[in-house]
Amino acid sequence: MKRLRSSAPGWIVLVVLVLLWETATRLAGSLYFPPPTQIAETARQMWFSGPAASLFLTDVVFEDVLASVARMLGGWAIAGVLGVSLGVLLGRSATAMDYCGPIISFLRAIPPPTLVPVFLALFTLGTPMQLATIVFGTIWPILLNSVDGARSVDATKTETARAFRLSKVDWIFGVVLPAASPKIFAGLRISLSLSLVLMVISELVGSTEGIGYRLLYSQRQYDFPAMWAGIILLGVLGFLFNTGLSAVERRVLAWQPAHRQAVAAGTGA
Amino acid sequence: MSTMLEVSDLGHRYHAKGGEHTAIDHLSFTVAAGELVCIVGPSGCGKSTLLRSLSGLITPSTGRVALHGDEVRGVPDDLAVVFQDYSRSLFPWLTVQRNVEFPLKRKASRAERRSRAEQALDWVGLSGAGAKYPWQLSGGMQQRVAIARALAYRPALLLMDEPFASVDAQTRFELEDLLLRVRREHDTTILLVTHDIDESVYLGDRVLVLSKSPATVVADLKVDLPAERDQITTRESDAFVALRAETARLLHGGGTARPRVQADPEGAAARFLAAERAEREAQSSHRQPT
Repeated sequence: MKRLRSSAPGWIVLVVLVLLWETATRLAGSLYFPPPTQIAETARQMWFSGPAASLFLTDVVFEDVLASVARMLGGWAIAGVLGVSLGVLLGRSATAMDYCGPIISFLRAIPPPTLVPVFLALFTLGTPMQLATIVFGTIWPILLNSVDGARSVDATKTETARAFRLSKVDWIFGVVLPAASPKIFAGLRISLSLSLVLMVISELVGSTEGIGYRLLYSQRQYDFPAMWAGIILLGVLGFLFNTGLSAVERRVLAWQPAHRQAVAAGTGA
Repeated sequence: MSTMLEVSDLGHRYHAKGGEHTAIDHLSFTVAAGELVCIVGPSGCGKSTLLRSLSGLITPSTGRVALHGDEVRGVPDDLAVVFQDYSRSLFPWLTVQRNVEFPLKRKASRAERRSRAEQALDWVGLSGAGAKYPWQLSGGMQQRVAIARALAYRPALLLMDEPFASVDAQTRFELEDLLLRVRREHDTTILLVTHDIDESVYLGDRVLVLSKSPATVVADLKVDLPAERDQITTRESDAFVALRAETARLLHGGGTARPRVQADPEGAAARFLAAERAEREAQSSHRQPT
């Protein structure tokens, strides 16, 4: 309740802006800038006019939206698993980063969209190419943050673990990963936003389905309300994913100093 | 009494840029089962190196360490360490109960881990705090958790590295008495490193005085105080005062340089408090006989 109330001013600003947008677009009457109500109506027809059996969702939702979301989350998850495991390995090795550091710096400096043609040549058109683009683009923040986090285990904890002869598994999963988890979450959060961007970009090039493809298709058909609906959908998706990840993070990192006040306020009130 | 720890001719050299640095040299001593031995030495004399060699965390350059007859190579299975920095040595993402259980994963079943942890927390007077996180406890309580974790491990030897150096004077007294009670009740063999002379005499059955770096054993003093100790009466007894004076003289004369006064504000505070309380006691006992 408190959280909702504290974000109320933000929602008011949003509503006011939408109203202003509605008025401005109606007054201007531009083909390129349809009013929000028209966009909303288009969105309803496009996505929410399906049969009751499928919760009123249309086929477009299943073919484009869910396909896109699955690719985005899939790519992000693959990048997460690879990034965290590689990062922890590199971070706990004294010399590995000396060897791999420059290569990583170079690879992550390459703008991921420029690799789309490469992945197009390497993989078949569609999902494999798109997954490759998303994984390549989102792995770096996760990897580097995991390296940083794995290195942040202090000497006393290392000695405590050694003195109690913790097994390798307990050491990695019971000490290194929890100690690194605040940094890992920071990396995951950056990568989640990146994965949304890369999902769209990979679909703009040589794709036959997905939100990005639909966006480009609408624009070429001069169907501007549909194009705007796609843009807003992407914004909403980004917001929802980020909120979801924040909720998970709050739970997982509840032990952290930064979360202490929130916990204390929650139990004390 | 059987010998629990045997250290013979232990030495360790670090290879630094400007040549070698000898941290400890020709150290020999033993600790009998059930004993509480305090090691006191000037700051920077190599106490940490000694402790790390004993626990197998580092391999000493020369000499031999044996725990109940077995030579120490790597960390022994039945040894526990309590570090000075409790805030770093406890795992902040685990509750108190889980912190105590965690090192037992290799040793005991889930049910046994649980009961051992509850028992050890009870020994240190924290039976109600199992569900809390370390940051919800005071510094002294956190160090008690670290002690409980070590006790639940049921070590043959408990090593303590300046365990009470980071808490305030009042808490230090409480923790010292807690340690004495726990080792009496559970017959634990303890080797405790400290830089506080008073603490070493108050806690120990024996006090090993180390010299300045490279550390060697200057003296092995038997503490002839009754087993039951009290922060006020023990500290004001003639035997205690004599022992702490002797230890201090050995400590300051043990090096090659001339004796220097050590800045030890916490020790000073502790002594001041003890003296003040002793005075108060004396006054009240004066008034009583009427």
